[in-house]
Amino acid sequence: MQSKNIPWFCKGAGALILAAMALAGARAQDLKSFEQRITTKVLPNGLTLVICERPEAPVFSYSTFIDAGDVNDPSGQSGLAHMFEHLAFKGTSQIGTKDYAAEKIALAKVEAANDAYEAEYLKAVGRDPAKLAELKKAFKEAEAEAHKYVIPNQFTDVAERNGAEGLNAETQLDETIYFWSMPENRLELWAWLESGRLADVVPREFYKERDVVNEERRTHTDSNPIGRLVEQLLATAYVAHNYGRSAIGWPSEVSQINATEAMEFHKKYYVGSNIVVAVVGDVKASDALPMLERYFSKIPTGPKPEEMTTVEPKQFAEKTVAIREQTQPFYLEGYHRPDYRSPDAEVYDAITDIMSDGRVSRLYRSLVRDAQIAAEAEGFSPFPGDKYPGLFAFYAVPLPGHTPAEMRDAIHKEIDKLKNADVSDEELAMYKTRTRADLLRGLADNQGLANSLAQYQTRYGDWRELFLQLDKVDKVTKADIRRVANEVFVPSNRTESWIETEAAGKTLTAQQDGGAQ
Amino acid sequence: MKSLFMKHFSEIVLAGAFFAALLAPITLPAQQAKPWEQIPTPRLHDFTPQQPKRIALKNGIVLFLQEDHELPFVSGSVSIPGGARDEDAAKTGLISLYGQAWRTSGTAKLSGDALDDLLEAKAAHIETGGDVDSTALSWDSLKGDADQVFALAMDLLFHPQFSAEKLQLAQQLVATEIMRRNDDEGGIASRESAKLVYGANSPYTRQPEFATIGAVSVDDLKAWHDRTIGGKLIVSISGDFDPAAMEAKLRAAFEALLPVKAAPPRHDAIAGPKPGVFFIDKEDVNQSNVQIVGLGTDRHNPDVPALAVMNEILGGSFASRLFQKVRTELGLAYAVGGSYGYAWDHPGEFHAVVMTKSVSTVDATKAALAEIAGLTAKPFTEEELARAKDNILNSFLFRYDTREKVLAERVRLEFYGYPPDYLETYKAALEKVSVADLNRVATKYIHPDKLAILVVGNGPEIKPGLDELKLGPGQTVDITIPMPKQPEGPGQKQ
Repeated sequence: MQSKNIPWFCKGAGALILAAMALAGARAQDLKSFEQRITTKVLPNGLTLVICERPEAPVFSYSTFIDAGDVNDPSGQSGLAHMFEHLAFKGTSQIGTKDYAAEKIALAKVEAANDAYEAEYLKAVGRDPAKLAELKKAFKEAEAEAHKYVIPNQFTDVAERNGAEGLNAETQLDETIYFWSMPENRLELWAWLESGRLADVVPREFYKERDVVNEERRTHTDSNPIGRLVEQLLATAYVAHNYGRSAIGWPSEVSQINATEAMEFHKKYYVGSNIVVAVVGDVKASDALPMLERYFSKIPTGPKPEEMTTVEPKQFAEKTVAIREQTQPFYLEGYHRPDYRSPDAEVYDAITDIMSDGRVSRLYRSLVRDAQIAAEAEGFSPFPGDKYPGLFAFYAVPLPGHTPAEMRDAIHKEIDKLKNADVSDEELAMYKTRTRADLLRGLADNQGLANSLAQYQTRYGDWRELFLQLDKVDKVTKADIRRVANEVFVPSNRTESWIETEAAGKTLTAQQDGGAQ
Repeated sequence: MKSLFMKHFSEIVLAGAFFAALLAPITLPAQQAKPWEQIPTPRLHDFTPQQPKRIALKNGIVLFLQEDHELPFVSGSVSIPGGARDEDAAKTGLISLYGQAWRTSGTAKLSGDALDDLLEAKAAHIETGGDVDSTALSWDSLKGDADQVFALAMDLLFHPQFSAEKLQLAQQLVATEIMRRNDDEGGIASRESAKLVYGANSPYTRQPEFATIGAVSVDDLKAWHDRTIGGKLIVSISGDFDPAAMEAKLRAAFEALLPVKAAPPRHDAIAGPKPGVFFIDKEDVNQSNVQIVGLGTDRHNPDVPALAVMNEILGGSFASRLFQKVRTELGLAYAVGGSYGYAWDHPGEFHAVVMTKSVSTVDATKAALAEIAGLTAKPFTEEELARAKDNILNSFLFRYDTREKVLAERVRLEFYGYPPDYLETYKAALEKVSVADLNRVATKYIHPDKLAILVVGNGPEIKPGLDELKLGPGQTVDITIPMPKQPEGPGQKQ
């Protein structure tokens, strides 16, 4: 049996309103109806609450959106935002501990022991193996002592015993998101848990969790051919901006992040002005707001963290990355493009749609259906993030016997068409229709809607933009598409990357772990 | 469309998530005050999930109508019994090819390509596909296009035109998957561990090869279609429609069909794995994917509710024994989990997974095995039982919190022949599970000496070696992809 898959917020960014307007008569989908059901409140500490009433079933979903991700990791500490995200599941001074006062002292000793170990480990000259072993032993003892006070996984346990569903978090380059769904009668319990961990996190079991994160890196990046290629592509395409840095962290850095650094990250970025919490479901704003305000006011007030000064300089050198190994061939390339605030943001969406979406797309028809050289071929953007200038990327999976070079040439041929001739009226109309419909489809999902509302409230300062940007979708013209294609898809703005299959026996073994462990 | 790349992509772009979708901890003692216990839990708002209207036609076809007027869309599907487990072994991959070529070929009136143009301009979809036990046709569109899209879907259901050209296209795509199947460590691990349980040539695990997909002809696709379309179809519609008009339309389309032919009952005799350690070397990884597998059961087994609670304690939550030990306490894995599986109509697998850096392969495997053995050796406690029940029962609501889920559940129960109130009786049975039940089912179903352990990893890096598991000499599993004999066949022009 297959389950039906109805796509949610396909583009993550949306377009609804026009759809809603074009489809007058249906209830509950236009901006006006959302304005009636959504309450927004900025608390004195700067935190924004967005509540959307959707009482279809006695449940709610939430999304806590922190406007900080691994792009904000300080130099030498790649992977820090993600490490902190893991810490946020370890409880607070009130949950997860048998005796916080004593645990706090023990944790300070763990940190001191780690510092002593790291100092010896990082000595360029004169590192003493015997002393290192001794310091390691002292660290392990301090860790074991602190562990005596831990009630493991109590935070998640309380959430799960109270019906939390889909409990997880994600750290992206641009943001960190925490989310789950629960029965509506646990709203106050959720508010206690969520506000507690945002305000009062404890660096509990930090170093064990760091080992866990290193395993996560091995799964998604080191032991995955496409993960390895993507990391190299980004590191090559960017010379200045943190989008070029490993998102999960370079092994030597992520394995040496310490709890003090994680807590500093928290202090700087987990302040009210940097957080939006959206709740969608069977919640009555007038009843819930005073309670939510009471809990979420505990989060510290702090200045909105300063914006990054680094702007990726204009690329002028065409670049290539070639990996030769015993895996099947693959092709991926990227061109620098502006961030989500660009007046052309929807033009890029239109190009993605026309080039990539479904069996009518240009890349499918050209590379897969007609030339029969690829199993799939698509363009997508922005990548790896949207807050700062990202890439417009294209990839193709060669059929057996075909090469990455063929993929590249075929993709470039399609790009040239986009530059040299207008897209058809039908293609442009299709982009607009599909964008509206996709957004509309997403409105009936509590979790998807909570994520979108939090995201739009953060990125635009107003969740209404989720609807209003359909105006911009509607204004995209054929000339815009041709202009943008000619501006952006030029060789000097490009980084090409591919995997070439090498015969057995020649490949290096997998990357060695760096770091202190 | 299935995407080879995009399925991994979200994971790659993501710096990380808190946990991998496999998996759950244990806590007790006296501690400081528990402020969360002071928070009141009001009575849950009354809720009666809306059941779809079920209409059984005289010919045996069953219709389900689920109204939902929140958004202006209508979607539908037809489930057809028979899937990959029923295909000819010499033509393994037929269902995959059929699922693609059915839709991409189109009908006598409208080619697949023309159908793509027509539908996509309306942001509508009609798709076909197949899996292990069924195939399906599904569609969705805005309300205003629903009549036209329904008519097109029925044309595709009753008058498909399988084309040689689209079959060939599908064959190339499956050939690409075959060629790439050894690139993905997790894919190798789950595929090969299932073979250990069911046997390499079982209907549940045999895999398409260049030769078997090359053996499939257009006539095979037609024959499959003609044969299965006479089975017990289940038609389900959901969304913003008028129920009387929709019922009339469905009756007009399906009522005149011949009486359905019932599928013969299945008798899957599955022996389970040969116990021992199996190894697959992969030189480009630095993490071992360890699979611990055995034979499971099916959902008709009255012990399933107790097994479900046992699974929650073993690996179903953050507080589960496996998560707690291997991840939280030892820090040896990001992804760890396990459960005693039960499928709807055939035996499932016992399946535990742990992914750990090469050097800790033996330690992590031993730790996971100890927790599995602990199911019988370490008695369950009232505390564990209460936690597992809370976890399952307090989130039970999420099995039917949308009309779409209620509909999907009813279709599933109909398809596998379970009573419509299965969820209610299952929930009632979960509530009754006791510690004695847990100890009984663990003793009855958990047999550590009958499990097979498969490690996919980087041989030279795995130190200490797998012999340290002390479970006998390890056997290497050969996963070489058989290349086609014809020089022009797929995969040859290297």
